[in-house]
Amino acid sequence: MRRSRRLWGPTVVMTSLALVLAACGGGSGSSTGSGGADPDGTVSVYGTEPQNSLVPTNTNELGGTKAVQPMFATLVGFKGADAQPFNLMADSITTTDSKVYDIKIKQGWKFHDGTEVKAHNFIDAWNYGAYAPNGQLNTDFFSNIQGYKDVHPADENAKPATDKMSGLVAKGDYEFQVTLDAPFSVFSIKIGYTAFAPLPDSFFKDPKGYEQHPIGNGPLKFVSRTPNQDIKLTRNDDYKGEDKVKFKNLDIKIYASQETAYQDLLSGRLDFMEALPPSAVAGGKYKADLGDRLVTGHLLGISTIAVPYYVPGYNNLELRKAISMAIDRAQITKTVMNDTYVPADGYISQGIPGARPGVCQFCKFDPAAAKEAFTKSGFKGKLTIASNADGGRKEPLVAACNSIKNTLGVECDFVPATDFGQWRSIVTGKKLTGMGRSDWSADYPSIEDFLNPIYKTGGSSNDSDYSNPAVDAALAKADATADKDAAVKLYQDAEDLIAKDLPSIPVWDEKGVAAKSKNLKSAALDFRRMPDYQSIEVLKK
Amino acid sequence: MIRYVLRRLLQLIPVFFGTTFLIYVLVWAVPGDPFSGKCGQAACPPAYIAQMTEKFNLDDNVFVQYFKYLGSLFTGDWGETFNGTSVGELIATSYPITLRLAVVAVVIEAVIGLTAGVLTGLRGKGFLDNLVLVSTTFLISLPVFVTAIVLQLALGSNGLGLIEASVSDNPSVGELIVPGIALGSLSMAYVARLSRTSIAENRRADYVRTAIAKGQPQSRVVGVHLLRNSVIPVLTFLGTDLGALMGGAIVTEGVFNINGLGGLIFRGIQNRESATVVGVVVLLVLVYLLMSLIVDLLYAVLDPRIRYD
Repeated sequence: MRRSRRLWGPTVVMTSLALVLAACGGGSGSSTGSGGADPDGTVSVYGTEPQNSLVPTNTNELGGTKAVQPMFATLVGFKGADAQPFNLMADSITTTDSKVYDIKIKQGWKFHDGTEVKAHNFIDAWNYGAYAPNGQLNTDFFSNIQGYKDVHPADENAKPATDKMSGLVAKGDYEFQVTLDAPFSVFSIKIGYTAFAPLPDSFFKDPKGYEQHPIGNGPLKFVSRTPNQDIKLTRNDDYKGEDKVKFKNLDIKIYASQETAYQDLLSGRLDFMEALPPSAVAGGKYKADLGDRLVTGHLLGISTIAVPYYVPGYNNLELRKAISMAIDRAQITKTVMNDTYVPADGYISQGIPGARPGVCQFCKFDPAAAKEAFTKSGFKGKLTIASNADGGRKEPLVAACNSIKNTLGVECDFVPATDFGQWRSIVTGKKLTGMGRSDWSADYPSIEDFLNPIYKTGGSSNDSDYSNPAVDAALAKADATADKDAAVKLYQDAEDLIAKDLPSIPVWDEKGVAAKSKNLKSAALDFRRMPDYQSIEVLKK
Repeated sequence: MIRYVLRRLLQLIPVFFGTTFLIYVLVWAVPGDPFSGKCGQAACPPAYIAQMTEKFNLDDNVFVQYFKYLGSLFTGDWGETFNGTSVGELIATSYPITLRLAVVAVVIEAVIGLTAGVLTGLRGKGFLDNLVLVSTTFLISLPVFVTAIVLQLALGSNGLGLIEASVSDNPSVGELIVPGIALGSLSMAYVARLSRTSIAENRRADYVRTAIAKGQPQSRVVGVHLLRNSVIPVLTFLGTDLGALMGGAIVTEGVFNINGLGGLIFRGIQNRESATVVGVVVLLVLVYLLMSLIVDLLYAVLDPRIRYD
């Protein structure tokens, strides 16, 4: 019998194990709260693994920003659906010539480690971000401060002469002066971007240690982080800003799959998602799934189709007009995108001060005029639109292609790239062989951020290789204008010039469709496609 | 026996170097810029690229890179991801979960697969045999991600409401049963098929006839004489499968949001975290090699006729 036990032993263990396993499976409960908000509630939001360390000057993608942004209070904040800038940490920001800015900060604000936020914390943080050997991702944001070239030489291999920008001067504990290379009227909005957050003294003593436990000055403070799992924050009860939060704990849960997160949201295990998976958008399923838990916002972004000047045959205004007028935007946003986007007819997202309807006069669907322009263009051959095919990018562009094909009677193909990385390397390597998707989301809510990076000669995201001296001059003039309203008018003039050239074809403008769970009383989506933490209220259980 | 083990262990060395080199080259030397798309719509600043290039030795040729990587690997340093997290730490927190999941899957496939195989192998043609044949064919024809997503939707809150769509951070064995079924379903079908054939073959073997003739009870004939010999090919399969399951968990862990090794690779590939991908795959190679060694050694226990020297 000894032998038989040897063989039966494992089988018996396996069977009993299986029975035990089966017994502990399944079972879940959920409760719905009623009425009041719970100021001590916990909110979980959908997250992705941050691509970089959680330092403001090194974070620019959504996964990391979602944690960094609420941990820091910048000089300027943005409120409301139209992202109106207001002085948050700044007491006053004054300038007479848009070149020299005098910034006073509020007294008595503290970092999470108890040290007071002073002017030098801003100066040190900005210098750190700009200093080339630190290799910070957001270094470009500091490039118009005087002395940037000394700390960040254009030549990669050159060693910077100094690590301090001459344009930053402390004028006391609570006041400092910023001098720019050239006048730039939007600087007082730009410094609301997270990269301009102050950093505590402890950061400079031990940057590595700081990465393990970031210390900010914002409404939420860091608790813990488990890679690929979650980032936990909790309310900073000493916070003095007006963007206080109305819950206690924030749990940024990291998901590998949006679909799974969406399932969790529907069952109440996840409280907020700032975007919906393609499967929920398809056929408008999300409307039935979510009902009154649907959260809509207006993202400060715009989708265009770039028509690169370097592709033979495409440097042809009549052709660009024909393509633009051949795309039935209203139809595509309704049927293919299921109302998550609206048609675009300008180069600026519709939620921003200075955006006007109908700037792009060729952005209306007009088959007859499109055909006429196409005949005039004399274009022969095939049109292509390239983009990464993942994340629901493909379908609307295929629809646009079909719309062009049906209207103009010309071949049009969608050319897929496997992922965003490959796609960007095609674009930045100037290897497009036809039109390409060119989406832009603003870092800060200003009309300027939709024009300078994309349409200025050599702009950081000038995918079309567009260059028009008149546009460059108009943009420079607007940059140099101190008066905000006058500057907006000048930027609009530049936009009008761009609309005449059609370097890229505006197609749609994302509404921003988010979802909250039944545990939340209220939640809103902000312009950066982030949960508007200030608006979130948890229902009492 | 000891000589055999030593020889096998020595054989592991070239296999280890060969596979890890291939992986390293496949992951790091693919054409294309590793930093494209890392910085959104704008290109990455040169200072950032320079810093990262230095950190990951991207300026060296791929052989030098590989040996630098191996060098740090032998000192116990698995490298860092782009966001500065230690890959070793990531592996340390995620391997217990994957191990748990893989064991659940192996148990499920062994219990269900073997039972189905033994029953159909003994009875021969009939309703049960057809049922197992059809259901295993069905399972084999389904890719794991389909099984996983169908199970998730059917049993999740939108369907029967038995499970949650995602698994908690440190999952209990109970939570891992459904992912385990998804993960083990394919191998379960193979185990059923394999044991069925092998039992059916051995049923007519001389030693079984002898055992029956000796008047042994049926349970002993099947349990000891028949099963012991028939289980060898199944054991080979199950053993190497544990290694395969740890890697195969990529899809399942991604679907159920389990923070195991598979999930780590899943995200690593998605975010192009080459360091993570190489680290985890190197670990899987080791597991695979060790598992096949253990299986080979187990043969002797089951069948004394198999000798190693």
